[in-house]
Amino acid sequence: MGFFKKSPWVLHYDGSSCNGCDIEVLAALMPKYDIERFGIINTGNPKHADVFLITGSVNSQNIDVIKNLYEQMGEPKVVVAVGACACTGHFFAECYNTLGGIDKVIPVDVYAPGCAARPEVIIDAVVKGLAVLEEKKKNKQK
Amino acid sequence: MDINVCNGECNVMSVIIAVIIFLILAPLVGGLISGADRIITARMQSRVGPPVLQPFYDVLKLFGKQNLVVNKYHGDYVLCFLIFTILSGCIFFGGGNLLLAIFALIVANVFIVLAAYCSNSPYALIGADRELLQMLSAEPMLLLTAVALFQVTGSFNVSEIIKTNRMPFIYLPGVFIALTYILTIKLRKSPFDLSTSHHGHQELVKGLTTEFAGPSLAYFEIAHWYETVFMLGLVYLFFANVPILGVLVVIGVYFIEILIDNVNARFKWELMLKSAWLATLILGVGNLFLLYILSF
Repeated sequence: MGFFKKSPWVLHYDGSSCNGCDIEVLAALMPKYDIERFGIINTGNPKHADVFLITGSVNSQNIDVIKNLYEQMGEPKVVVAVGACACTGHFFAECYNTLGGIDKVIPVDVYAPGCAARPEVIIDAVVKGLAVLEEKKKNKQK
Repeated sequence: MDINVCNGECNVMSVIIAVIIFLILAPLVGGLISGADRIITARMQSRVGPPVLQPFYDVLKLFGKQNLVVNKYHGDYVLCFLIFTILSGCIFFGGGNLLLAIFALIVANVFIVLAAYCSNSPYALIGADRELLQMLSAEPMLLLTAVALFQVTGSFNVSEIIKTNRMPFIYLPGVFIALTYILTIKLRKSPFDLSTSHHGHQELVKGLTTEFAGPSLAYFEIAHWYETVFMLGLVYLFFANVPILGVLVVIGVYFIEILIDNVNARFKWELMLKSAWLATLILGVGNLFLLYILSF
């Protein structure tokens, strides 16, 4: 019990982001922020991941990919929407091919706003997600 | 055929005690080595790195995750991998036959390859193919190490090898260097991390371990700790008559492995196979040949 807080493994997926948020996610992994201090690892594998970090909005091309990745992750899992596009669709929301934020497809637990979201906000969002992860684990055991 | 675990000299109790100590201490030591490895790696990349207990947190978390197995054999194969890795360590640290310990390790490796093959995932299949190539590269040198230690000490039994009053390293420097070369393959470190890439977001995803999730991955990690301790034990045997020097060399060798891990990109499998066999042939066999000539 309680070890989800100490070792959250992240799966990072770029929906249709402009790469601004992705660069900030990568910045969080780099020496300046070094999120491995908290045991956070960027796994490229949904089966190993606990936190699903999505940047960018949902469109008709990536909707299946997002659903597929979400379903491949083992319970308990948390979805973090990083950046304004992932939260609401932002200024792409009205586009003909954009469906909107990530929550149109899969349940989102934590929203990290910003354009682009700052590394501090991303780290904060993942840490908030960990509390949700522990809660889900507890509910599952009940 | 009677396999004499301890050559009849030491009693059964001391073997049982040694095995129990190994079973308890090996995962602790292996986990701490892994934790220290991650901190040193982070420092080399001018990062701070995770706490030293991080590998234990990871494994304990994995036991709390959902066990996503692809089919009913998948989990069993991983468990067999763990059991046979532990068995090989038990034979080694119980003072048993070195050849038997190495063969048990090979059987364990076969089980992990089977586990990857039965998942039918393209990434796991590539990982399994490459694991077979890694075995092909590393196993000849492992067996040659056992033969070389026999040449110097006159026994395949670990309990007798450590009692020798000669330092095997003085007679087998070539074998030692070749063993440290293939150690990188056995420790799954760069440039030989062909089967299970260290960082998942690459062409291989996680290779061999792509389809393991939750407890299965935890078993794999624990088996890797046991494997690490076993391999470092093999390095120690070369300095068995001076224990302090042996421990210092083991630490030094592992540090060099970390350094090599951090300064190298992944090799192609041809280069791995050729270089490992060249090292085996020139340093390993050459050393034994010289020993044979000089002993006259």
